[in-house]
Amino acid sequence: MSINEPASVTLSESPGKIALRTLARDRRSWISLSILGVILLLALIAPFYASSIAHTDPFKSTLNATINVGGVTRQVLEPSTEGLGLGITPIGPTGRPGTYFLGADNQGRDVAARLLYGARNTLFIGASAALVTILLSLLIGLIAGYRRGFVDSVLSRLLDVIWAFPVYLLSISLSVVLLTSGLSLGFIHVGPGSIALPIFIIGIVYIPYVARPIRGQVLALREREFVRAAVGSGAKHSTIIFREILPNVLPSVLVFIPIMFALAMLTESALSFLSIGVQPPQASWGTIINDGLGLLYTRPVVALAPGLLIVLTAASLNLFGDAVRDGLDPKTRARGDS
Amino acid sequence: MTTFILKRIAAMFFVLFSISVLVFLIFFATPGVDPAARIAGRNADQLTLQQVRASFELDKPIPLRYLSMMNHLFVSQDLTSYVNRGAKVLPQLTQAIPATLSLVFGAAIIWLLVGIFMGIAAASSKRKWMDPTISFLGIVGISLPVYWLGEVVNLITQSKLHNSVFRWVPPLGYVPLTQNPWQWFLHLIFPWLTLALLYAGIYIRVLRSEILTVMREDYIKTERAKGAGEKRILYKHATRMSLITIVSLFGLDFGALVGGSALLTEVVFGIQGVGKLTFSALQNFDLPLIMATVMYASFFVVLANAVVDILYAVLDPRVRRV
Repeated sequence: MSINEPASVTLSESPGKIALRTLARDRRSWISLSILGVILLLALIAPFYASSIAHTDPFKSTLNATINVGGVTRQVLEPSTEGLGLGITPIGPTGRPGTYFLGADNQGRDVAARLLYGARNTLFIGASAALVTILLSLLIGLIAGYRRGFVDSVLSRLLDVIWAFPVYLLSISLSVVLLTSGLSLGFIHVGPGSIALPIFIIGIVYIPYVARPIRGQVLALREREFVRAAVGSGAKHSTIIFREILPNVLPSVLVFIPIMFALAMLTESALSFLSIGVQPPQASWGTIINDGLGLLYTRPVVALAPGLLIVLTAASLNLFGDAVRDGLDPKTRARGDS
Repeated sequence: MTTFILKRIAAMFFVLFSISVLVFLIFFATPGVDPAARIAGRNADQLTLQQVRASFELDKPIPLRYLSMMNHLFVSQDLTSYVNRGAKVLPQLTQAIPATLSLVFGAAIIWLLVGIFMGIAAASSKRKWMDPTISFLGIVGISLPVYWLGEVVNLITQSKLHNSVFRWVPPLGYVPLTQNPWQWFLHLIFPWLTLALLYAGIYIRVLRSEILTVMREDYIKTERAKGAGEKRILYKHATRMSLITIVSLFGLDFGALVGGSALLTEVVFGIQGVGKLTFSALQNFDLPLIMATVMYASFFVVLANAVVDILYAVLDPRVRRV
């Protein structure tokens, strides 16, 4: 060993590394991440499944198609024999990948293929909306908590107003207005059926949930010695915010990511279920549940399958959120909370 | 204390005022939205549009229209619908409120009873499977879409099993309590259970974790040192302290449900409550009705928040100084 090399120094591990190690040891994070991984994979193979396995266009109505199931030729939309004999009953699940594995909806579209495409929209909108919420909340929380005084009062009152507006009512109102006309703000034009609208709407309505706790944390940090020392030593505002405050609020922001993802996803599904979210012929799990509503008693799988996927995804995200929270917050770990 | 309450009430009115302005702006001042075109229907010609603008006072400046609407809603209380001309809005709202309150009250009683009993049981048990089971229940509660759960319940009770086990379940809908109490109960039992299932899991989880936290407090150790029995500690001290958290959680959930979250449940079970009324008003772009229902909904949420805050201040004097 040369003199220049330091003797084996035991550096204490960074909090990030400790959190990651705890997370990696947590069974919950492995279970939830595997489920999420499978669902993400299903979303990714959607075009491949539709074009190469099922040979179908999940966005086109096929009213007169016939298919061959085990040597028997059947109509995709069979004339109804049950009930009042009105209309048609789409073909039920055949259990064969490629030929209407989960059956058809009332327009003769392959439900399995639509589920996979729906996964793309649901996951994408959920993740993007959660990101919008968290970034805007971080911005608002940092500004309000750091500037304090008048700016803080104005921003806090604004958050109070959105907070008191029931989430579903606000998102439904915004969707109803924006879905018919689209949104035009200066140079930004968003078309009426665009999935940017649900992302924007859901992203906005949850801001108070995240921004209020962040603001509170920033306010408290502002009074801590190390921040005062930075202010006293004449550091620039940007340096104080990015170097001293941001790293300290980051753990709570990370905890919010999976939880807000789950909430945003559930909200998107609810809006789409009320047919004011993702617009036809596009699919999301919520729109498929809506499609399955009229078939609930004859072909329940159309409404059941997307709902099960929603529950599975949201539960995995929330489970992962629990694991992240325990990994990042040594206090709850020590208290032995579940 | 009085100043605190007065301040809180003033803040409440400020928030309600802001919400009314916000709703008005969303529907009348969103760039690219023309309410006249919505009312006149698709492909209306210019002349019709102008007539609509004149007869609905849409040609007046926005602040004036806002004041006029608020005047009709709160002062003369004769605000009329845009869709059914002449139909007054307030009677429609007051007719729908009992259904929503019935739904939410019944569900709340079930989930509170289940949540508190099972929460205490879970906290006092030291069985190994308890932890994961409670976590699981809590997570399922926040991950289930209520409208889908409602559909599943409908599928079970209204479809094939309707001829055998669930013969007694009436078709979807709502019967007022004053008209037939037994039918009222039968129509609401499954909507209640559906809503309660979502919330019970969360309440069990929160109460248990609160009790376990309180059990580690110093004054509990003092009680133990004084020789108090475990049962007495659990019920007299830990549970009583933990119920404060449950009360505030309940206030917020209840306000939010009466205020609008019950909308999806009402739509799925065909209950003619405020949620369903709001939803049909939104689909028809019936702004006066929307304004009335949204003001009603926000009132409940804001009121619940204020009550919880004041309750907290009564229980914990430190809050008053903030």
